Amino acid sequence: MASMLIRGGRVVDPSQGIDRIDDLLIRDGLVVAIGQTGSQPLGKVDETIAAEGLVVTPGLIDMHVHLREPGREEDETIETGTRAALAGGFTSVACIPNTEPPIDTQANVEFIRQKAARADTCNVFVVGCVSRERKGKELAEIGQLVEAGAVAFSDDGSPVYDAELMRRAFEYCRMFDKPILAHEEVLELSRGGVMNEGLVSLSLGLKGMPAAAEEVMIGRDLALAEVTGGRLHVMHVSTAHGVDLIRQAKTRGIRVTAEACPHHFTLTDESVRGFDSNFKMSPPLRTAADVEGILVGLADGTIDCLATDHAPHAPEKKLLELDRAPFGILGLETAVGLCVTRLIETGRIGWLRFVEAASQLPAEILGVNRGTLRPGGVADVTLIDPNLQWRVDATQFASKSINSPFDGWTLTGRAVATIVAGRVKYRLR
Amino acid sequence: MPNQPAATAAPGPLRSRLPTAGWSHRNLLDLEELTAEEISLILDTAVLCKEATAGCRRKIDVLAGSAVVNLFFENSTRTKTSFSLAARRLGADVIDFSASTSSLSKGESFIDTAKNLEAMGIDAVVVRHATPGTPHLLAGHLNVGVINAGDGPHAHPTQGLLDILSIRERLGDLRGLTVGLVGDIAHSRTARSNLWGLTKLGAKVILCGPPTLVSDRWRELGVEISHDLDAILPRCDVLNLLRIQFERQHTSPFPSVREYAHLYAMNRDRLRRAKQDLVILAPGPINRGVEVTADVADCPQSLILDQVTNGLAVRMAVLWLICGARQQAVGQSTDDGAGSRRIV
Repeated sequence: MASMLIRGGRVVDPSQGIDRIDDLLIRDGLVVAIGQTGSQPLGKVDETIAAEGLVVTPGLIDMHVHLREPGREEDETIETGTRAALAGGFTSVACIPNTEPPIDTQANVEFIRQKAARADTCNVFVVGCVSRERKGKELAEIGQLVEAGAVAFSDDGSPVYDAELMRRAFEYCRMFDKPILAHEEVLELSRGGVMNEGLVSLSLGLKGMPAAAEEVMIGRDLALAEVTGGRLHVMHVSTAHGVDLIRQAKTRGIRVTAEACPHHFTLTDESVRGFDSNFKMSPPLRTAADVEGILVGLADGTIDCLATDHAPHAPEKKLLELDRAPFGILGLETAVGLCVTRLIETGRIGWLRFVEAASQLPAEILGVNRGTLRPGGVADVTLIDPNLQWRVDATQFASKSINSPFDGWTLTGRAVATIVAGRVKYRLR
Repeated sequence: MPNQPAATAAPGPLRSRLPTAGWSHRNLLDLEELTAEEISLILDTAVLCKEATAGCRRKIDVLAGSAVVNLFFENSTRTKTSFSLAARRLGADVIDFSASTSSLSKGESFIDTAKNLEAMGIDAVVVRHATPGTPHLLAGHLNVGVINAGDGPHAHPTQGLLDILSIRERLGDLRGLTVGLVGDIAHSRTARSNLWGLTKLGAKVILCGPPTLVSDRWRELGVEISHDLDAILPRCDVLNLLRIQFERQHTSPFPSVREYAHLYAMNRDRLRRAKQDLVILAPGPINRGVEVTADVADCPQSLILDQVTNGLAVRMAVLWLICGARQQAVGQSTDDGAGSRRIV
């Protein structure tokens, strides 16, 4: 296989504590070295990519993506979803198993892996169901799913409602050292809700989903993780108090990690005033104080990582009355722009922390051999132009759907090349 | 073109009295978006309509040639009838379209339904829907005027306007008046429309009911909150008694109807302890014995039947302003700019 030199970029790799202008040499799909061009002749390089002015990172990993296949191919397929990932700078995604049928058997895991291999785009890591048929009644065959390649377990879309089942899942997953990715919601409190409960929902007469609906369930799962020693990963934390709960739990030594989504630190419930269902997702957009809580949590590491909760819905499904339209928005193709614009340009976090949150820690949480540019590792690399200003145009998305609240926004920062195992899989034209 | 230029169907002086100079909205979606002047303009126009039609009884033809569609996705008898009659009193054609008899039951989306109606050359859509914001969504997709006839618990602007007109008729200027909105504030579009309209016109608003139906957060909008009707009663000039919307609740917001009536029903005993010239409104349909006892509903202070007449007047005013502005725009412009441009 070929060799490639990524020349003169700002290499940011928190796994090695590297943040400097340097070259990156790749051969046969693996990282050979960072910055030995001066001391050691390279010989002939098949391809050179000029990366002056670009940030060179280990390939970004989005551990919360709904690829919709099997079952809802009108919204997204494994192929279109992974192409959207590449266009967004992601070399790996973890796909959430709330498909139809849900991913609760070896055969279903195998289906996804084959489809992903055929698409030949980015890495797809499979998340299996916690419960059989995702019904929350009994455990799925977690051991079999691990054998088939599942990296984590989740009933996302819904919480695991039976507290005893959740406890069993934590206990059982310890055997495989796999995390449970938890959607935290007390359904009786959020029932019928379409947005955050607060002054805006009150004014609009819309049924609200109180922050407490999320926080009560985070509290329950932290207690269960503590009592079992299991690994809890809190998905899409959206409230400031939720961040506080996770911070306290970490101090107590509970094995908990957490993710935040770009929309939750960019938008507030004020955006729902236009009644546009592209601002409807679960958990909902909260308040400015919650946005601040998430930003602080991301900066101090309480929130370990960034994830998008990419949730495609075909236009005809979203263009409905607010209570009939489904929850969820696209995330893959706007994530880097939002993170650079909202986190880095504002000085809330630096590039090292960004790459840690978007690559290194997702790899560690999922236990996958990625998230680093160490010599000998798989050469998944993302090249980001940190200064590129661009206008989001949903009609140009690689995704099959267009349900983005950021359509028309101008963002700074964009992936310009995405390299998977040494092969350039995406280049911005 | 759905409309002839204004001149052809002119009834002369009346049409020229339409005060469109102060009106710049293509739609009426909620009162929150209107200024005090615009609200007063609608009320003044309603008075004009009432006079010109001998108390809403006679027909004038200022909207001859216009077509109005009642697009009701939620059951309604009184509001739909009121809008239909108001449109007919102005000489407009009215088409009633209800969701149960339409292609919506065949799976067509509400936007497609509305676009189909628009393509038939109508001038305004009067829309009622159980979901807040649906009229706003329609307004974003249609070029005709959209009038909100109630979107879930969000807004019911003509109800707010008719309540305010009824108060103004009885008590004059709203500045300095204290208006208590009592009952199911949480699920009441009438409460929200009253709140915006009344505060913009300078009245003081008190929201009163149990904490399960009256959130403390309303204070952030500058209104007073009370859970004790007897405490606020002596201060109120107006009470608007809102219906408990049992149909919108998952779990009951109070232990029993009996207990609610004990705490919040307007009865003769409470009436004695109120101001002499207290005015009582109820948007209806009222649950007699729950929000208000029968004797109080029918007492001289009750404006419940005035509200019905004023509902017609206000709806005539709104239809006239919206369709009239449209007629003028069509009349003045030969290109497609005026027809397709969103005025608001």
